Amino acid sequence: MHIICHVDIYRAIADRTRRAILDELVDRSGQSLFELCGRLIMKHGISSSRQAISQHLDVLEAAGLIRTRREGRSKLHWFVGAPLKAIGERWPISTDEDTSNPTEEGIEE
Amino acid sequence: MRINLTSVSVDDQEKALRFYTKTLGFRLKHNIPLGEHAWITVVSEEAPEGTELVLEPAEHPAVRRYRTALVEDGIPFTSFAVDDVEAEHERLVAKGVRFVQPPTDLGTVITAVFDDSCGNLIQIMEEKGQP
Repeated sequence: MHIICHVDIYRAIADRTRRAILDELVDRSGQSLFELCGRLIMKHGISSSRQAISQHLDVLEAAGLIRTRREGRSKLHWFVGAPLKAIGERWPISTDEDTSNPTEEGIEE
Repeated sequence: MRINLTSVSVDDQEKALRFYTKTLGFRLKHNIPLGEHAWITVVSEEAPEGTELVLEPAEHPAVRRYRTALVEDGIPFTSFAVDDVEAEHERLVAKGVRFVQPPTDLGTVITAVFDDSCGNLIQIMEEKGQP
């Protein structure tokens, strides 16, 4: 399948809400907008409007990180991990790397 | 003032009556023929004097558009309270009910969403007790 990428993945995952959306879709594939919004508010304290979440989903879809499909009359969302491979390919982990890793403080946001 | 009625819009009242009584287990309270349609209400076996659910014909074009939009985004038309979502899920699946969201633990509540086969998604919700 050919995935059209209009949004680069770095921008797509550079947002806390969008990362939480991906976390939840990894937890369960094939969710509706309603289910996702419920999980975001109850599990992550993210109370954005359905419309705002819908826009986040559009960005993730444009980056190829999610796919949507109709099931019955509902629109469901799936996580697609393939585009993330580009990150590991661009900055590969070398085998002789010192993995006693430096502190990651200050990376968030 | 009290809330004595609430309603769900259904494609076919007879089919809905079967689903809401035989499958879900509500009890018929009123079934009054009114020309082409009927005034049909059901109540919970656990609260027969409680709020009645009206099975209302989904005839108005705006109702159809509204319901289509809700279902597209997976939004339930209404929600019912249950003591045990897992048990209800198992019971209803055995009766052939299609769930669009399996029991999901959301912290203070457990919810699931099924298709009522009459044009709506319906949520069931269990409030978790304090640990």
